[in-house]
Amino acid sequence: MIDALGAPSSVLVLGGSSEIGEAIVARLARPGRLRRVVLAARPSSRRAEVAERVQALGVAQVDVVDFEATATDTHQRLVEGAFADGDVDVVVVAAGVLPDQQKALADPQVAVETALATYVGPTSAMLHAANALGAQGHGVLVVLSSVAAERPRVANFVYGSAKAGLDAVATGLGDALHGSGVRVLVVRPGFVTTRMTKGLRRAPLSTTADVVADAVAANLTRGTRTVWVPGALRYVMAVLRHLPRAVFRRLPG
Amino acid sequence: MADRLLTGWGRTAPSRANVVAAAAPENVAARVRAAGPRGVLARGLGRSYGDAAQNSGGTVIDLRGTVEIGPVDPSGLVRCSAGTSLETLLERVVPGGWFVPVTPGTRQVTLGGALATDVHGKNHHRDGSLASHVTSVRVVDGLGEVHDLTPADELFWAIPGGMGLCGIVTDLTLRLRPVTSAWMTVRTERTADLDETVGALDAADAHTYSVAWIDSLSAPGRGIVTSGEHTPADELSRPDPLRFAPHAVPAPSWAPAHLLNKASIAAFNAAYYAAAPRRPKVAQQHSTAFFHPLDVVRGWNRLYGAAGFLQYQFVVEDVEVVRWALTELREGGAPSFLTVLKRFGPGNQAPLSFPAAGWTLAVDMPAQVPGLAELLDRLDERVCAAGGRIYLAKDSRLRPQLLPSMYRELPRWQELRDRLDPHRVFSSDLSRRLML
Repeated sequence: MIDALGAPSSVLVLGGSSEIGEAIVARLARPGRLRRVVLAARPSSRRAEVAERVQALGVAQVDVVDFEATATDTHQRLVEGAFADGDVDVVVVAAGVLPDQQKALADPQVAVETALATYVGPTSAMLHAANALGAQGHGVLVVLSSVAAERPRVANFVYGSAKAGLDAVATGLGDALHGSGVRVLVVRPGFVTTRMTKGLRRAPLSTTADVVADAVAANLTRGTRTVWVPGALRYVMAVLRHLPRAVFRRLPG
Repeated sequence: MADRLLTGWGRTAPSRANVVAAAAPENVAARVRAAGPRGVLARGLGRSYGDAAQNSGGTVIDLRGTVEIGPVDPSGLVRCSAGTSLETLLERVVPGGWFVPVTPGTRQVTLGGALATDVHGKNHHRDGSLASHVTSVRVVDGLGEVHDLTPADELFWAIPGGMGLCGIVTDLTLRLRPVTSAWMTVRTERTADLDETVGALDAADAHTYSVAWIDSLSAPGRGIVTSGEHTPADELSRPDPLRFAPHAVPAPSWAPAHLLNKASIAAFNAAYYAAAPRRPKVAQQHSTAFFHPLDVVRGWNRLYGAAGFLQYQFVVEDVEVVRWALTELREGGAPSFLTVLKRFGPGNQAPLSFPAAGWTLAVDMPAQVPGLAELLDRLDERVCAAGGRIYLAKDSRLRPQLLPSMYRELPRWQELRDRLDPHRVFSSDLSRRLML
């Protein structure tokens, strides 16, 4: 159960090797109530390291399960397995890839894979998680979207289109689940400096995984909503969204 | 049968349950036997502050539908259905010259809920908690079997304070207190600091009822100590001494998020303190005003806004812990306007009953106070180290690891629970959160 002051006792991370996912788990462990974490990710040394670090935070039970975002036929079993072991208070959807846009344009297969790994697969896992949370009657689904979902730029529209799809499902799902006890928190970070964005030029108002995690923790029990990180991006994007295309396409980055 | 989003009185941590109505033992038993994997729980008027009366994803049985109050026998014994509220019971029995043996600060609780939390009142130092006045219960266990238990049965003691997790009480018999009027003779005394408050409460031990309100935002811990007795009819200068007709006005259905903040609560506290008589004064007051001042505003919990609020109540032997806690709360920026200090008498043999000899402090505060989680964790640690405990009826955030140290007899309760509910059919959000 998530207590009255927003401290959960169990978290499932879909995309459990993600840096933002790890930062969210670390932040949610801080009040000392987190006793079970399930990291669903591809087998990797990174996944094992994350599991070790989460354990070191004092989480009694850390489980790792193999999760392949594009293998959608495996998602139901994976999610049901995580819920069979006890309530899951928070499900973090953190899976996704950021492709090299030029490569994706040159090789459309890269764009297809981006859509599968960032939109199709996470949508499948998210909907299975929503069903399990619904049966449980409580819980929060945290979906990592992006400001790129709001208005993709020339430099990132392949990634942006996938996040836009995920964002639309998550937003609609939050409204569909109103009154079910399940809340959906859609998080739209700007440029987050992580492994995934290494080597890329930082956009203005760039942020870190820890700041994203703080925003998740602060909004965990405030109901279904969309949050921007940093918060100022909400207003920046409100303006950018309405810029004429001739202007928008000339923006740097 | 309907899916409903439920919260406690503090309006935090909502969860969905399938709410069904039942009251007769055979209907309750059928519901218990038909329980799904997420179990079943009884809910009364939802006055527990936290998640005690929620069962996310499971079944919640609403027992309020049937109100049956039997005749009061000459010794004061009365048989009632568990869904009967204290208000309904009082309305029925006061005109005949009877009063409930114990009442919490609201009449809006069912008898079943009151027993599951083993409520106490301003007379705890003299009369103990509700369990001391219950002579029998009819309870549906986790297998759907009906038991009639009395305090002579070991299993009986799993029920008071058991948070509804050992069975569903459908009927109970309790012993009422004879009165000749519905009025109270109340002594009110203003105190300048915590030492004076504690001294005045010590002196008030001779009275049947005593309690102190504390101005939580004043550094010295000034307050108002009230003590009272039921007024004999021959001392009452009013007609119709047994008239009991409470009325309430509703709170607005919505309040802005920060209506109750440090400034508004400080202003309320100062005004409330100033309104108390400068010198000790004795006056007659209706029992509704003396026992249930908050019931005057129906739905007052909404005044805290959508983010909700928390109550925190603990008991410790050492009054210095109370002094420390008041300082921590004030310096931590947690404003409270219902700060209540009371001296408890000895506890009873129910392993999870809250009251124990010592001092109990209850405070309430908006859920959105920054740093509240850490502040209350610090209080828990100190209370626990001092041999004290917190009240589960008010809890919504305790760290579960502390529970066995606070309730030393938890294993005994678990053993009784396992006898009444071997398959753990009874479950609540609180039982999941605290791993009860």
